[in-house]
Amino acid sequence: MLYRENGQFKTSYAADQQIFPILQDRVAIGALLAIAFVIVPMFGSEYIFRAILIPFLILALAALGLNILVGYCGQISLGTGAFMAVGAYGAYNFLVRIDGMPLIAAMLLGGLSATVIGVLFGIPSLRIKGLYLAMATLAAQFFTDWAFLRIGWFTNNSTSGSVSVAKLNVFGLPIESPVAKYLFCLVVVCVFALMAKNLTRSAIGRQWMAIRDMDVAAAVIGIRPMYAKLTAFAVSSFIVGVAGVLWAFIHLGAWEPAAFSIDRSFQLLFMVIIGGLGSIMGAFFGAAFIIVLPILLDQVPQWFGIPLSTATTSHLVHMIFGALIVFFLIVEPHGLAKLWSIGKQKLRLWPFPH
Amino acid sequence: MGFFLETLFGGLMAGMLYSLIALGFVLIYKASGVFNFAQGAMVLFAALAMARFAEWIPKWLGFDNLIVANLLAFVAAMALMIVLAWAIERLCLSKLVNQEGITLLMATLGISYFLDGLGQTLFGNDIYSINVGMPKDPAMILENVFEGGLLLSKEDLIAAIIAAALVALLALFFQKTATGRALRAVADDHQAAQSIGIPLNRIWVIVWSVAGFAALVAGIIWGSKLGVQFSLSLVALKALPVVILGGLTSVPGAIIGGLIIGVGEKLSEIYLGPFFGGGIEIWFAYVLALAFLLLRPQGLFGEKIIDRV
Repeated sequence: MLYRENGQFKTSYAADQQIFPILQDRVAIGALLAIAFVIVPMFGSEYIFRAILIPFLILALAALGLNILVGYCGQISLGTGAFMAVGAYGAYNFLVRIDGMPLIAAMLLGGLSATVIGVLFGIPSLRIKGLYLAMATLAAQFFTDWAFLRIGWFTNNSTSGSVSVAKLNVFGLPIESPVAKYLFCLVVVCVFALMAKNLTRSAIGRQWMAIRDMDVAAAVIGIRPMYAKLTAFAVSSFIVGVAGVLWAFIHLGAWEPAAFSIDRSFQLLFMVIIGGLGSIMGAFFGAAFIIVLPILLDQVPQWFGIPLSTATTSHLVHMIFGALIVFFLIVEPHGLAKLWSIGKQKLRLWPFPH
Repeated sequence: MGFFLETLFGGLMAGMLYSLIALGFVLIYKASGVFNFAQGAMVLFAALAMARFAEWIPKWLGFDNLIVANLLAFVAAMALMIVLAWAIERLCLSKLVNQEGITLLMATLGISYFLDGLGQTLFGNDIYSINVGMPKDPAMILENVFEGGLLLSKEDLIAAIIAAALVALLALFFQKTATGRALRAVADDHQAAQSIGIPLNRIWVIVWSVAGFAALVAGIIWGSKLGVQFSLSLVALKALPVVILGGLTSVPGAIIGGLIIGVGEKLSEIYLGPFFGGGIEIWFAYVLALAFLLLRPQGLFGEKIIDRV
């Protein structure tokens, strides 16, 4: 009853093309942002920030980047962890080797290094697709795992193989407390989500989708496959690289290559599939789902007095993820985001379906 | 020279085992066009089942005979793999007919996660051993040709013989039996096969069962060599470059590809590794396969040219 768009007439192109054309959506998103920026920092506990909100935001950003490649451009990637690692180590090297390097600049440079590597490993996508491409990105994964472990230069010759950053600050504001870390991640995620949303609505986003739906037809109507695919790889690995920087700098603080192993790549791919292929919203849904489910499985049996061992929980999580992936691929390939939009569609007519 | 030959043989043995896993990939890809990411999870699942059944069955039935226990465990594990094949076909693949390859790939990724979890929930997540009575002591050969002779593991030799026998068996099955002919027909053309009355669903169950059989054999060999544990599931990722190298549709390709990767890995680790700082075994196979993808995308023996973009 409340969610009606009757009477909201668009009188200009700008009004017609805005991201949230319905007033109620704008109010809802405004309220959500207000809660995220104001209410949550006031009342959240340290555990919530460290264990849930910060990982959620960062992985949502990485899933967003991956979704541009897999969901919008249709190129599969099993090497997301590798691109995150390139971002993290790239930014680390810029930060350590150049005096007075500001965090934001290091982050963007880390993203750019991930872009370079992403485009490099994306070049095979011009000749191959599908599973062959999965193989090529898998090569990226294993190669970077090895490189960051064995080549001392990347880790500034740290003896333990683990590197760390400390005393981060942005424009003189220290990013030490959980709240500050959370707000920093939130700002970065909002900026990139807005950018990604606008990119996918623009000409380049439509080119990606055309390539995804049918590459030959796309080439016939004048889209350059090489340009479209490589830009998708570039944008995707840039965002993934920035997410890698956040994951390493903000969430972990000290890390080693295992933080970006192939498991991370699979986890991100699952987020994209469960959340919804080809949807910005889906990345957030998927990340929330995959972060929250293990915690729930850990907690809920305890409330009922059935303690599960951690090993059992992790196996259950594996099984549930596996089953859900198959379920979503069969029943709803557009994932949770599609369910959400179906819900909204129904809400428009509720409670009088005429 | 002796050292080189030892490395070479070590590589050939490792390669034989990669081939066994790759064989499972190729069988399923040929018959249903599904790139089965879950083959590694199937190897782990089968090996876990085998190890645990061999432990449980003597307890349940109250006898103490290693050979009988192993035989019964093998039969039980194989039955489990057939049930699994049927379940995968019924619950997953039959619902995804005519979907794009990328969707099927992601579905098998889901299956692989599910199997990893299921196997470890059912059978436990410790390190188990499979004891099928393989000799553990090494053998010396050619002692009069080289100084000191060549040191070969008898276990590897037997594993290689089993692998070769399995390949021969599969070749016979494919060439000489009616079911094998039906499988080849489905591999050539789904629609044509269906139009002459070959039931696709049953063929898929059979081919997944055969792949399950290959997984079981590979699992037993790997398991008795290294112990049954989760990392078995990751070894199978090595089989991906093998099938790319050999060609996705070719059984001989899987064998030769496996051997090339196995030998290449070991030799490169010894002779090139020191220049790169060691440990290049991890990525050597992938980079080799990547180079192949750029130069000859259909692999060494692949029949079809994959569609260029």
